[in-house]
Amino acid sequence: MASFKPTKIQVYPKLGEKVTQDTLYWKNYKAPVQIKEFGAVTNIDFSPVAPHNYAVTAFTRIHIYGPFSQEPVKSFTRFKDTAYCGRFRSDGQLLVAGCEDSVVRLFDVSGKVALRMFKGHTKAVRVTDFTSDRYHILTGSDDYTCRLWDIPNSTELTSYQEHTDYIRCGITSKLNRDLFITGSYDHTLKLFDARVNKSVMTMDHGQPVESLLLYPSEGLLVSAGGRYVKVWDLLKGGQPLVSLKNHHKTVTCLCLSSNGQRLLSASLDRHVKVYNTTNYKVVHNFDYAASILSLGLAPDDESIVVGMTNGILSIKHRKSSEETKEISGQQKRRPAYRVFVKGKNYVPKQDDYLVSKPVKQHLAKYDKQLKRFNVSKALDTALETWTRFRKPEITVAVIKELDRRGTLKNALAGRDERGLSQLLNFLVGNLVDPRFAPVLVPATEMILDIYQSVIGQSPVVDVQLQRLQDLLEREIGYQQDLLEVLGMLDTMFTSSLPRKEVPCSGISRPNGLAQGDASAPGPQPQAT
Amino acid sequence: MVEHGDIRVVHRGGSKINFREPVLSHDSRLLLCASGECVKVFSSSTEECVHDLQGHTDLVTGVLLNPSNHLQAYSCSADGTVRLWDFTDGILIKVQLHCHHVSVQPLSVSVFSLLMCMCVTLTRLLSSSQGEYIASAKGLHLEVYFFKKQKFSLKEDNKKGAKNTFTCLSCHPKDDCIATGHEDGKIRLWRNFNHKREYTYSTLHWHHSAVSSVRFTPEGTNLLSGGVESVLVQWRYNQETQKDFLPRLGAAITHIAVSPDGELFCTAHSDNKLTVIQSCVKVSAVIQGLVKGESVRTDLMVDPRSKALVLNGKPGHLQFYSLQRDKQLYNLDIVQQEYIHESGLQQFEVVKAAFDTRGNWLATVEERKQKDSTLELNLKLWAYDEQTQSFVLNTTVSGPHEARITAMCFCHTADSQTTMLVSASQDGHFKAWQLESNHYFYEGPFWSCDFVGAYHSLVPECCCFSADGSLLAISFQEVVTVWSPASWELLTTLSQPPGAIRDLCFGRQSCSKYLLGTTAKNLLCCWNLLTCTLEWSTSMDVSLLLSDPLSENMAAFCSHAGCTDLFVFKPSEPRPLFSHKAICSGKVTRAVFAPREEMLESCEESSQWLNRSQLYFLTQYMVNIPLVIDDSVAVTPFYLLLGKHRQQQQEKQDRSFSAERNQLPQGSVAIKELLHTPAHVLPSASFLCSMFVRSLLISEKKSEEEEMESDKEEESECEMEASTMGQGQTAEAQETAAPALTKAQARELRRVKKLDHSWLSSLLDS
Repeated sequence: MASFKPTKIQVYPKLGEKVTQDTLYWKNYKAPVQIKEFGAVTNIDFSPVAPHNYAVTAFTRIHIYGPFSQEPVKSFTRFKDTAYCGRFRSDGQLLVAGCEDSVVRLFDVSGKVALRMFKGHTKAVRVTDFTSDRYHILTGSDDYTCRLWDIPNSTELTSYQEHTDYIRCGITSKLNRDLFITGSYDHTLKLFDARVNKSVMTMDHGQPVESLLLYPSEGLLVSAGGRYVKVWDLLKGGQPLVSLKNHHKTVTCLCLSSNGQRLLSASLDRHVKVYNTTNYKVVHNFDYAASILSLGLAPDDESIVVGMTNGILSIKHRKSSEETKEISGQQKRRPAYRVFVKGKNYVPKQDDYLVSKPVKQHLAKYDKQLKRFNVSKALDTALETWTRFRKPEITVAVIKELDRRGTLKNALAGRDERGLSQLLNFLVGNLVDPRFAPVLVPATEMILDIYQSVIGQSPVVDVQLQRLQDLLEREIGYQQDLLEVLGMLDTMFTSSLPRKEVPCSGISRPNGLAQGDASAPGPQPQAT
Repeated sequence: MVEHGDIRVVHRGGSKINFREPVLSHDSRLLLCASGECVKVFSSSTEECVHDLQGHTDLVTGVLLNPSNHLQAYSCSADGTVRLWDFTDGILIKVQLHCHHVSVQPLSVSVFSLLMCMCVTLTRLLSSSQGEYIASAKGLHLEVYFFKKQKFSLKEDNKKGAKNTFTCLSCHPKDDCIATGHEDGKIRLWRNFNHKREYTYSTLHWHHSAVSSVRFTPEGTNLLSGGVESVLVQWRYNQETQKDFLPRLGAAITHIAVSPDGELFCTAHSDNKLTVIQSCVKVSAVIQGLVKGESVRTDLMVDPRSKALVLNGKPGHLQFYSLQRDKQLYNLDIVQQEYIHESGLQQFEVVKAAFDTRGNWLATVEERKQKDSTLELNLKLWAYDEQTQSFVLNTTVSGPHEARITAMCFCHTADSQTTMLVSASQDGHFKAWQLESNHYFYEGPFWSCDFVGAYHSLVPECCCFSADGSLLAISFQEVVTVWSPASWELLTTLSQPPGAIRDLCFGRQSCSKYLLGTTAKNLLCCWNLLTCTLEWSTSMDVSLLLSDPLSENMAAFCSHAGCTDLFVFKPSEPRPLFSHKAICSGKVTRAVFAPREEMLESCEESSQWLNRSQLYFLTQYMVNIPLVIDDSVAVTPFYLLLGKHRQQQQEKQDRSFSAERNQLPQGSVAIKELLHTPAHVLPSASFLCSMFVRSLLISEKKSEEEEMESDKEEESECEMEASTMGQGQTAEAQETAAPALTKAQARELRRVKKLDHSWLSSLLDS
């Protein structure tokens, strides 16, 4: 006697992106914490020292947030106009920021009032940074100049006026106190050496440069401008290495992951893309609600902070390994180990007669009903809310099985308003899915046949039927469009394929009529 | 020396075992069932066939135990005879000739005499155990004949289209009660029928379609019934609300038998299966014959590993059938779905199957066509698992093509790294499937589509790979296209209009440059692939063309005038190697070359083609001649030995006057004796061997000596000759004189005389 064979559930490959190590790594973040700022968040900078607070520059304020707090730890509000580019010094004690009113302010992180004010620029200062010796400040301004300032004396050291447009980004070398690079809207990147009074290297990005990033080794420079992200080899005299075009709007911000293996770029197209720095392929992608202006990554990738044009600051914290374990532990609560080994290690004695225990076959709920030929109940079980939404393939498989048994009509008939609207709801959700359509279309026809007489009696069912009709009309439109596209593609492929004559044996083509037929392109290899 | 064995067609079994009700012996140890022209005796515990009771010359129509001797059984056949057998030893005891040439069906045996009934149109006949009456049911009438009184008839009215036709009946062993099964699934229990007009009946209803068998247990406490639902129902007599079920027996129940002690039940199923069930409703043994559905949809194949014949068996399964043992090895569940036993339901059926050369992969296609809905197709690929020694599902491709698959074949290269499968379909495309090693979603190797090809939107009909796998030939109606599987380039087209290509076959080994095709317009063509021209063609209506995988030979079955002829030929030679007119009546539908277990060394030209493989074919009328084999007489060492002795003795008989020897009609008895004698009783192998070696030598000079000696002495002569080769000269010198033996010879003779050589005497006498 064979045992009952359970209904076979078709396994469908998961559509969408494939699961890689990177996807697992970058997906391992909690739901984002969102904080509303007063205006567009233009800059995010992490403090280099623990506990790695970060400064968020938004409108006329700079807020400093702790790693886990949702309220600012500290606020700097003494700006007359929009603040720009609040950055920490490498010891995390000082913070510098530019302003629309052309004054550069230097703050003590614990204080409130500016320690120093550097005045000299004539237009808004968009770029500020500390040099690696901690005593100088680099600024870049919309007046096309970049300057170096001395902190103790608050005096200007040098001014370079080589750019011909706004300077919107700049970075200092972490290894050499004299080197810094600026990027400007005149499409160029310039490498300056403070020991000489002009730039030592110029690279043409081709687009207004929005952001710069130096690799930790400082051999490579990454620049972002327009839709392009370009990598330059500084040691080879500023040779372009790669040019990446993965965004469809201006790239605004660049960031490097803590181990230096991944490069992140944020763009106005609301995406953050993660690149592998060995082959510069996109390995992951984050979506955000609005255009992104700034991006920050905490040390060890503990959190990703993104600032957007609508003033929303989105913070994602990494899930700790304990938490993930805890969640899985809660889901699978199992009996203790000794329950399983109980009696298993008993060694039978010599004269013992072994009676094997019959293994009970475990069946799913719908299979239990199918085994008893309770077709309506089987369909009811398969239409339970969780199954219907989370595992539609189970519902479809049960419908298919009922159809095979020839009892689908019996199972579908005799439903009340609630049951019918539930069924129709499922159909509306899954009917046009190409994986399920071959099974669901006959079922839908059956339902319409069965319940034809009661149409108009229940408003709930009527609404669902209306939805179904709309869905089908839309789908027919899509199919027509697709067929048109297919026809166009066919014409293009046929004209582009080289025509190849197939050698025919002499006797096989006795007359000219057959030759005329052969003039059409013979074999049509189709790649699948 | 070797006799030329005629090539002949041999019926190789696969006959029905569910044709009539099986019979269980009194001790429940043995199970008798009619199977074709013989009665088979199975052991009910080990499922092995114990005896084959052969003797009838036509279909056996019934088997019954002899009520007076529980070790004997009667069998009757359509040839008009009734035979009495001792079934425990397999001996025929008595033949009773029956004059009538109608099928005889003994249905019951009364206490004092054997009762036989001529059954031409009767549905069922049964007598009660006391032998007081016989009940018979036909159509809507149930008739009860009393031996002492007159006939009595009960009628069931056919009211309002209710299907009340009787299908089966059974009499209660103690009470006056008859149980009848009906077409509408009801069981009626008739009582009180010996009084006119006062009969009553009660109805039991569980079956949803016709009841095919009802049976009371010997004690009369239970009633068993079965039908197309394949559920055995056990009703309590007089407490009919209580019933036990034994569901999922595999196929519709056709007969139910109960052993005389009530210990075992036996059910016969429509898929040629007998199930032995213990009275506690538990299956204890299953005897499975060759399953023949409505048609053999898959081709006949030979599993390269087990050398078993493979064809579709019960619905959704592939059966592996041992040709040597005439026994089903196992069933492979292809569809893996619960089978719903209901008539009129469209089920998945296995329609195509193919093995790769080494038997590592099996490809199957299953389809289900429901009226007014789309065709459901599944292509499944099975990998052989060494651990479980069976096939494990690797890949399922649902909807591999949009229409029916017409042909499917594996690439035949034995050494290539990649395995390839090509399937051709009515949707005008053919697809190449290839094994891929890695994918992010699936673990392990899996199959995926590699190439889709088409030719002028014609329908591909058959496909074939060349022996080395470098060429793929696909026929599109009347055009044969030749492709290179390495680059998927169309290399050439061949065609021979008019008439669509029906079969396509590449030559093998030395003839691998030839491609053979048969067309619907009675043409057999052979193309040379080196020159791409037609080498030769001949006009014959070939219904089936197949090539032997182990040699270059091809076999073609031609059907004309209701008979089928067989031609065996080499593509390179104009003359056929072998031809046989009217090999069978009707059309040969399927055939296969099965490799032999050991090669034969026949030098006869016409039978050489059977040295490596045997040809099995399946005819249209599968019920009568299900499976037939074309075979030459086996040439074995024993055959050589016996053949020689027979010839020697023939010579001797001509010359000598010791005419006491009675020639046995054939050597098979001696061989059988030799083979059936237990090994520990036989003389040592060295003894047999030396005798065998001697028999190979030409012994002209010994003829006179042999005349004088008896059989045993002749044997000892051989012995002596072997031992005293050095004394050959002296022995020869003594020949003319009186047969005075040397001392050594005399001793040897005495020693040999002491041994028991009775079996050898018969061997030599033959």
